[in-house]
Amino acid sequence: MSWWAIATLALGTYAMKAVGPVVLGSRTPSPALTRLFSLTASTLLVAVVALATFAPTDELGVDGPLIAGVTAAAAATARRAPFAIVVLVAAGVTAALRAIS
Amino acid sequence: MPGPDRTILRDALTISVAVGVIGISFGVIATGRGVSVLEAQAMSLFVFAGASQFVLVAGVGSSLAAAVVAALLLNSRHVAYGLSLAPVLRGPRWRRAAASHVVIDESTAYALAQDDPARSRQGFFAVGLLLFTCWQAGTAIGAAAGTAIDYEAFGIDAAFPAALLALVAPQLRDRTARIAGFAGIAIALVATEIAPRGLPIALAALGVLVGLGVERARR
Repeated sequence: MSWWAIATLALGTYAMKAVGPVVLGSRTPSPALTRLFSLTASTLLVAVVALATFAPTDELGVDGPLIAGVTAAAAATARRAPFAIVVLVAAGVTAALRAIS
Repeated sequence: MPGPDRTILRDALTISVAVGVIGISFGVIATGRGVSVLEAQAMSLFVFAGASQFVLVAGVGSSLAAAVVAALLLNSRHVAYGLSLAPVLRGPRWRRAAASHVVIDESTAYALAQDDPARSRQGFFAVGLLLFTCWQAGTAIGAAAGTAIDYEAFGIDAAFPAALLALVAPQLRDRTARIAGFAGIAIALVATEIAPRGLPIALAALGVLVGLGVERARR
């Protein structure tokens, strides 16, 4: 590990996080832009969910307990379960399936 | 000004503790690969983006430069997050700049899921600050303890996508958002097979074009 690598990643990451709030902050974007930004954010979040479920190690893979846990969470979400319950359901189902396999 | 309500605090604590356990794992893995305790903590303090920290650590012993590129690509999604949060993070520029450091998947998703700007703000800061704290604590514990906690045994690796899914679900009531999401997933999964590390999530943003294209075609 090198401090140059850490500094580069830290500064680059911070710049990416901050460009929106710092540059845009005092102005309200148009409704069309606002929609574009939240649409992009939600699309990326959904993709992060999919990658974390189906490619947790950066390669496509079927991890049964993991997929089952996230699926159970999706079902709980569809049934309007509280957030904390959804998280616990996912962890619980995955842990239980791993324990018995 | 009243403090954040109990639901927000409870939710923030739930996700923060879960991700904090992943932080322990990061501390263990990083130091296991030869990263110093100080370097590991610096990464958690100043990068504060879990997946990219793991990617950078994976580059130790092989190509650190390639790992930096992959990590930056992976983190490009934070541009969209910050842009979507700009209306929520009001106030003087220095405060917006400071708050930006805790723009991450979880704080963004939580803020987007709220119905009004006040709850979005409270949620963003509750999740952002609590998770930051737990991430630092986890990293410190993992780096110092050096023994692996098998977080997969506790299903923590399922908790993270589950939390994001629960938070982004309200956005998916919109048809265009669903189409964009499916397209983004398809692009990301295909890209995982063929594209270099870090690129798949960046490419997933193109799903937005698909969603908007379908919407335009249906008019």
